[in-house]
Amino acid sequence: METKKIFCDITKCVGCRACELACAIEHSATKDLFLAILESPRPKKRINTQFIEKDVFHSVACQHCDDPPCVEACMASCIHKDKETGKVDIDSKRCVACWMCIMACPFAAISRKAAAESKALKCDLCPERECPACVDSCPTRALYFEARKDWAKRKENKQLVNK
Amino acid sequence: MSREKLRDKASIKILEARKPEGMETIWDRYEAQQPQCGFGLLGICCRMCNMGPCRIDPFGTGPQKGACGATADTIAARDMTRQTAAGSASHSDHARDLGHTLIAIGKGTAQGYSIRDPYKLRIIAAEFGIKVENKKDNELALELGERALQEFGKQDDSQLTLSKRAPERQQEIWKKLNIYPRGIDREVVETLSRTHEGMDQDYKNLIQSTMRVSLADGWGGSMIATELSDILFGSPKPIRARANLGVLKEDEVNIIIHGHEPTLSDVIVTASQDPELIKLAKEKKAKGITVAGICCTANEILVRRGIPVAGNFLQQELSILTGAVETMVVDIQCISPGIAQAASHFHTKIISTSAKASIPGVEHIDFREDNALDTAKKIIKIAIDNYPSRDKTKVIIPKEAMDLVAGFTAENIFYHLGGKFRASYKPLNENITNGRIRGVAGVVGCDNPRMGSGSSHVALVKELIKNNVLVVQTGCAAIECAKEGLLTPETAIEMAGEGLKEVCKAVGIPPALHLGACVDNSRILIACTEMVKEGGIGKSLDELPVAGAALEWMAEKAMAIGWYFVASGASVVFGTPMRISGSQAVYDYCTKDMENITGGKWAFEEDPIKAAHIMIDHIDKKRKALKLAPMMYTQSYAVSV
Repeated sequence: METKKIFCDITKCVGCRACELACAIEHSATKDLFLAILESPRPKKRINTQFIEKDVFHSVACQHCDDPPCVEACMASCIHKDKETGKVDIDSKRCVACWMCIMACPFAAISRKAAAESKALKCDLCPERECPACVDSCPTRALYFEARKDWAKRKENKQLVNK
Repeated sequence: MSREKLRDKASIKILEARKPEGMETIWDRYEAQQPQCGFGLLGICCRMCNMGPCRIDPFGTGPQKGACGATADTIAARDMTRQTAAGSASHSDHARDLGHTLIAIGKGTAQGYSIRDPYKLRIIAAEFGIKVENKKDNELALELGERALQEFGKQDDSQLTLSKRAPERQQEIWKKLNIYPRGIDREVVETLSRTHEGMDQDYKNLIQSTMRVSLADGWGGSMIATELSDILFGSPKPIRARANLGVLKEDEVNIIIHGHEPTLSDVIVTASQDPELIKLAKEKKAKGITVAGICCTANEILVRRGIPVAGNFLQQELSILTGAVETMVVDIQCISPGIAQAASHFHTKIISTSAKASIPGVEHIDFREDNALDTAKKIIKIAIDNYPSRDKTKVIIPKEAMDLVAGFTAENIFYHLGGKFRASYKPLNENITNGRIRGVAGVVGCDNPRMGSGSSHVALVKELIKNNVLVVQTGCAAIECAKEGLLTPETAIEMAGEGLKEVCKAVGIPPALHLGACVDNSRILIACTEMVKEGGIGKSLDELPVAGAALEWMAEKAMAIGWYFVASGASVVFGTPMRISGSQAVYDYCTKDMENITGGKWAFEEDPIKAAHIMIDHIDKKRKALKLAPMMYTQSYAVSV
């Protein structure tokens, strides 16, 4: 089965950053907005709202690439791509904080955990949820969680308006 | 699901019945809005200027300052201050309209109004420094109306007339902090100016403005509204009535009045008793005309005329979804746009009456003092003419309607406590001192699908009276508790703790007292002041064993109310926080530091039982400081200090 990925319809993204907040909350201990901001260390988002040009925004997280440059770059071999599902995961225990993955990622989708815990951090597709928090939080329904072929079909049929 | 906490049986019945028909309500729309914007919830989205909107990243990785350099502290405080000013403006503008009505009576240009409490007219006129001797009611009405309106535009630095009612210590604190209210409009304008881009940036100074603008409401606009309403429409007296959707009649013309101002509702009630109109209704095969209220307008005509209450804020659409409402007449505040959409499913005609509140697709009939009665009759005639269009097969009226007693005021409550010949607050103070009554709590405010859809108020009041706390109520919270039988001695006294039960039985009052609409929270301020005057339980408001809560607050008006209580020295609990959580400094300033500044403070707690315990803990702390006697009976929530 091909893994589902997060796709963003740039015609609908308004750059509100709701996905970023939802991501940080989901990756917190309390999973509550009002409590998560008080946690120490504060939880970190793994998705970024990027500004492409005037009125065009794009919410982007790890693309779980076919041939991931981060896997290639990781000298500790802690990043690997699951052959079956296609998901790219970081094994934090083995991360030596060399940041080569950050240098290599063309989507700037990898960041550093809080200083106290020096490890690489990226989208894990919310393993505890059926659908990632960012997708559920999107007020304009610009984010999709689906297989690439379904996304391609949607794009082809221009069915981007109704989910 | 926001609807899960809804407990009101009538509302649940309507929702269940209309669900298959796909009729949308406030709960559906609230659900569709989830999840709501985190920046907005935390109060760290600033829209004040056109460099923005700017947002602060609450998780610390993104920007920590707006384009102008504003921090989360500035943004959260500035926004809260503006919201409070809007709340203050709403109550005060309501008061202004009543001032105009009083003037119209004085000039003889009002139709359908009279001075129903000439005694109070003289008392209040004298308080405003007007010579009352040898003057007719009309002359005094004109003078008082004009004098009351001067409070709005006052430009000198002296304090508002009615704010001089506050205990001395409060006035001293206000002077020291420079937050005593000067002119009602002035405080609103100054707050708007101070929260403009590039103005006040220190959150402490902004909160000083918040307190000032809220005091201009509590001891200004709201208090004037209450007093003038009493003069115009009569001071409330305890009165029996019924509340919930079951008050609508299957075989009568049902007219619902929704909104806030008593000016409109009172004259509609009068007109609905017109024999010619009743005859006309009978010609259309209706058995009569039923007028029922929603929201605070319901409270205004309930406490003065015993008119039944159809429901509170969340029931405005549901009342239409009964299919049995011919006309809903609305004026100002808390009118959901959803009512027009709900009405499109039925024959119901919505009529807006205020030039300040227009609703798209709704008939507007301008309501003015000079032809008030004619307008009211016209509106009732529209309702009667609409009765034959009612599709009886679609009608669902829930049976629920609960008895209640309403109409307590700061003035009449002491008659009940002390009897006609020895009227005083002494019995209340004494019973607090001797430990029968633990303290007094105000449970007020809106009902909100974000929290309990009304159910939080009921749970809170039950826990408070069980622990011998006498409860005073206003607004939609009062209506919610009325529907659950908490406002009638017969059902509620048994829910009270031993000490409170003894007092209520002796006096013949319910353990939760209905004091009126949301502007009538000013009655609570006055009642607390009277308790201070009586002596023995504190020399100022901040020493009294009292607390307040508006758990399901929704409107900006609630923020103004909450703030004027905190600025007057009271402890106030809101269910969900005001939008300040994104700034730790502002949050701590409101919930902790404030106690050393005004003596009052904020707390935020969604769980009604925990909220009750916060209030009781506060009351116990004050009891201990006053060295009052230990509680007379065992308390279900034990005294911990």
